[in-house]
Amino acid sequence: MNEILSFNNVSFSYTPDIKDSRKAVDNVSFSINEGEWIAIVGHNGSGKSTLVKLVCGLLFPQDGEIRVMQNVLTEDNLWETRSSIGMVFQNPDNQFVGATVQDDVAFALENNGVPFEDMVERVHLSLKQVKMDNFLNHEPHHLSGGQKQRVAIAGALAMRPKLLILDESTSMLDPQGREEVLQTVQTLRDEIGLTVLSITHDVEEALLADRILFMNAGKKYAEGTPQEIFALGDKLVEFGLELPFATRMTNLLQSEGVQLVGQHMTEEELVNDLWTSNFNK
Amino acid sequence: MMEKMIFGRYIPGNSYVHTLDPRSKLVFVFAFIIIVFLANNAVTYALLLAFTLLVVLLSRIRLYFLINGLKPVILLLVFTFIIHILFTREGDVILDLGFLKIYEEGLKQGIFISIRFLVLVFMTSILTLTTSPISITDGIEVLLNPLKKVKLPVHELALMMSIALRFIPTLMDETDKIMKAQMARGSDLSAGPMKDRIKAVVPLLVPLFVSAFKRAEDLATAMEVRGYRGGEGRTRYRQLKWDWKDSLCLATLVLFAVLLFIYRS
Repeated sequence: MNEILSFNNVSFSYTPDIKDSRKAVDNVSFSINEGEWIAIVGHNGSGKSTLVKLVCGLLFPQDGEIRVMQNVLTEDNLWETRSSIGMVFQNPDNQFVGATVQDDVAFALENNGVPFEDMVERVHLSLKQVKMDNFLNHEPHHLSGGQKQRVAIAGALAMRPKLLILDESTSMLDPQGREEVLQTVQTLRDEIGLTVLSITHDVEEALLADRILFMNAGKKYAEGTPQEIFALGDKLVEFGLELPFATRMTNLLQSEGVQLVGQHMTEEELVNDLWTSNFNK
Repeated sequence: MMEKMIFGRYIPGNSYVHTLDPRSKLVFVFAFIIIVFLANNAVTYALLLAFTLLVVLLSRIRLYFLINGLKPVILLLVFTFIIHILFTREGDVILDLGFLKIYEEGLKQGIFISIRFLVLVFMTSILTLTTSPISITDGIEVLLNPLKKVKLPVHELALMMSIALRFIPTLMDETDKIMKAQMARGSDLSAGPMKDRIKAVVPLLVPLFVSAFKRAEDLATAMEVRGYRGGEGRTRYRQLKWDWKDSLCLATLVLFAVLLFIYRS
């Protein structure tokens, strides 16, 4: 499997001159392979946003190295690296550069000097991929938050990125918009094998990932499948993270004396377990 | 009130004027502004008026709508007309009311100046009404391109303008939201003496500024991540196409200028 991104003992501090100051990212290592969906969770100030800034070269680490597509990220290959990473930020309004949907999708293409004919084709294709192809000439203020985020995804897709980073992209959306965006990302991943790195504190979103990286105070606290991470239970709550609804429900039922085995991530698992729990007696 | 204002508003359509290239429209309007000053007698001013009406007709924007939207300008026009009538004292007296004498030259000047003013306002309004702000920006960028040689940052200026335009509705929404939030906290923006009302605007502007700066920062990050590094080596998604229609439009203007030249005294 191809490695898309890796962090090797990366450390970063916003105030490197001050001795013993807390590091925003402290000795973090992990790697992402092609086609994987990784979620980074953690409460505010856990260093997850700094992590993203390091990936796209907005900040450079003081220690350790970051490799994107197996090349070490330096100031020299910054722009090539950025063109192979697509990013969707938190606020749907503040990342919409173009005057209309199609202009915005074309923005990254224009920046990278893609010829006009090629551009038209790519803009239409990527808008089709996020099902926004009927909105070509719409202006941003006539779109919903979810639609704007889908346009942002299309803008990233137009560059045919290897890696799509969602930096709390769903946190400002209503439940419907969130559903739209997550559905779009899931479809893309299934259809074109896009690698996804999502930064989130929404547990339901984290559950969609193959692996979860749990950050706390700049350090990687735990890494594993959603099952493994949410099995930590109280530890997560201690660090200010909520458990999935089904897990909380299981805990409550267990404390009421209902016989349930193990952890449940989704409502479906819980329901299945509930109605079969008395069969084996 | 905002509904009726037509300054800087764009009305989508597909008339002859709408489909023209923004470059030709811009050149047309600027040339027209100069040409207007060629007119100096009744025939030429009549020609000017007729030509302007023809353009309005071609843009398929209803004259009533145009006049209604330009009401404040027309008030100003009437005012200048009256001033001219009252204060120009040349030629024969055509009306003597005892306390007030109206001279021939005054009436003539008043009418001429009014027509000149009217056609200028009409033409520029037609430009903004039939061209989307973003097309105007594109047009200006291309037309100013030669100035790159003298180190004028043409691309940056155009981008700044288009981003400013793009954020107008966003900031309007924001203002509305902040206004409601302050009203919910008991601030009264619409009543009281002028001094109080101006004071009430401060808690509205401060949060707006703060959020605008935050937006600017976010936008800059997003642009950088999407590979923006100035106009160098950049391609354009919006292509401008010069058509025979555009050549026709400019040719007509030249013809018109010649006509004015012949008939002016």
